[in-house]
Amino acid sequence: MKPITYARASSVPEAIRMAGKTAGAKYLGGGTNLIDLMREAVERPEALVDVTALATDIEATRAGGLFVGAAAKNTALAGNRIVRERYPLLARAILGGGSAQIRNMATVGGNILQRTRCTYFYDDAAHCNKRAPGTGCDAIDGFNRMHAVLGGSPACVATHPSDMCVALVALDAVVHTDGPDGTRSIPLVDLHRLPGARPDVETELRPCELITGVELPPLPFATRSTYRKVRDRASYAFALVSVAAAIDVADGAVGDVRLALGGVAPKPWRAWKAEEALRGQPATEASFRAAADAELAGATALRDNGFKIELARRTVAAVLAELAGEQA
Amino acid sequence: MEIVVNGQALEFSADPRTSLLDLLRDRLGLTGSKKGCNQGACGACTVLADGVRINSCLALAVQYEGRAITTVEGLGGNGGLHPLQRAFIDYDGFQCGYCTPGQLCSAVAMAGEVERGLPSFVTQDLSADAAVLSHDELRERMSGNLCRCGAYNGIVEAIMTTYGNEVA
Repeated sequence: MKPITYARASSVPEAIRMAGKTAGAKYLGGGTNLIDLMREAVERPEALVDVTALATDIEATRAGGLFVGAAAKNTALAGNRIVRERYPLLARAILGGGSAQIRNMATVGGNILQRTRCTYFYDDAAHCNKRAPGTGCDAIDGFNRMHAVLGGSPACVATHPSDMCVALVALDAVVHTDGPDGTRSIPLVDLHRLPGARPDVETELRPCELITGVELPPLPFATRSTYRKVRDRASYAFALVSVAAAIDVADGAVGDVRLALGGVAPKPWRAWKAEEALRGQPATEASFRAAADAELAGATALRDNGFKIELARRTVAAVLAELAGEQA
Repeated sequence: MEIVVNGQALEFSADPRTSLLDLLRDRLGLTGSKKGCNQGACGACTVLADGVRINSCLALAVQYEGRAITTVEGLGGNGGLHPLQRAFIDYDGFQCGYCTPGQLCSAVAMAGEVERGLPSFVTQDLSADAAVLSHDELRERMSGNLCRCGAYNGIVEAIMTTYGNEVA
């Protein structure tokens, strides 16, 4: 690691000012991803601005939703009473990510901005357009069992690793930011970009822009929701495929549904096509399979990851059937 | 800067790059906490920060200024063994012992999480106030601590004997 400076910000304006002082400054949350990447020389910040002393509050909003300060720990959000009762898919997604130690350290803002665990991205002897733009992608013709089947490009097929974000995009979460140009509200589903020709540009955030919080709108039927994660071992592994879902069934038909996929794409993947295919349809396994097919129709397999397409289809259908069965 | 380690306030100055683990081991001579993977995957470096378990390898020491750190050396207090340490001996909760300090610190904090009713990924009823430490719950909650000798049976038994709260 090259020498760095460290400063702890006590307010959002101070954090933005501190970050603006040094080119190559980075905001530091719990450090569970950034410190690791610094050790691997993938990240080489010159200054760290510690934002863990900023807002950690988790509060019900007047609109009936929830506001979460960006510095709230993952454990605090998963353990929050409102989350457990009104947004169980979010509690389960967070609890499915990392280990207890990691969740105790990691912040909500940092979770959103964590970077891919593509092994070629981590290996600075490999070609990687995300780490070193223009050098190529060793994953596309390499060991790509963990890589994307949706949303990838000829430049990059890395997946977004977060579990929490999959539940958040299903819930229409909005990210609040502050920066040199003032405050913004960005739907989380629009925050992460698809790689296209520029996989190194991962989000819509501008220089020195800081995530200050995440807001969830109310979603009454999310009380019946879940997050299923399929992985190589029972715990503490990244998703091969994950599904966050909430479904509202009335009189045997799908009234409304929220569905998002993890482990399959460069960003937390909102399954718009499947949702559209489901609304108004009978809440049957045939409908659920057809919806999954609609979403995965555009999927493309690399050498090693074709299994994810069928796995995603089956997991989507199984999760929806489970939730609909609960409501029957 | 000041940091409280095992109840003792210590002054330290560290390069911002120094991890909490390196501070403990190389500067303060507390070599109980182990460096396994140095990337948060194995849990051998687990310590408690204000009672909360963390991976000290992924923590920058400067971020923990003013915090109270407990390492395996401070678990027992007064030089004696913590009840969980005694149980690890009784149930053969180790073979080579390298992961043991992390397992111990992790389990002590895990018991606190259970007591506070924090759910886990395998908890069926997320709205329940109390958490039950069943076998599956324990395995899930301790998944951040690997044992390459595979002494898991003894580890699980030691922790369950000390902290198990399931009504048979």
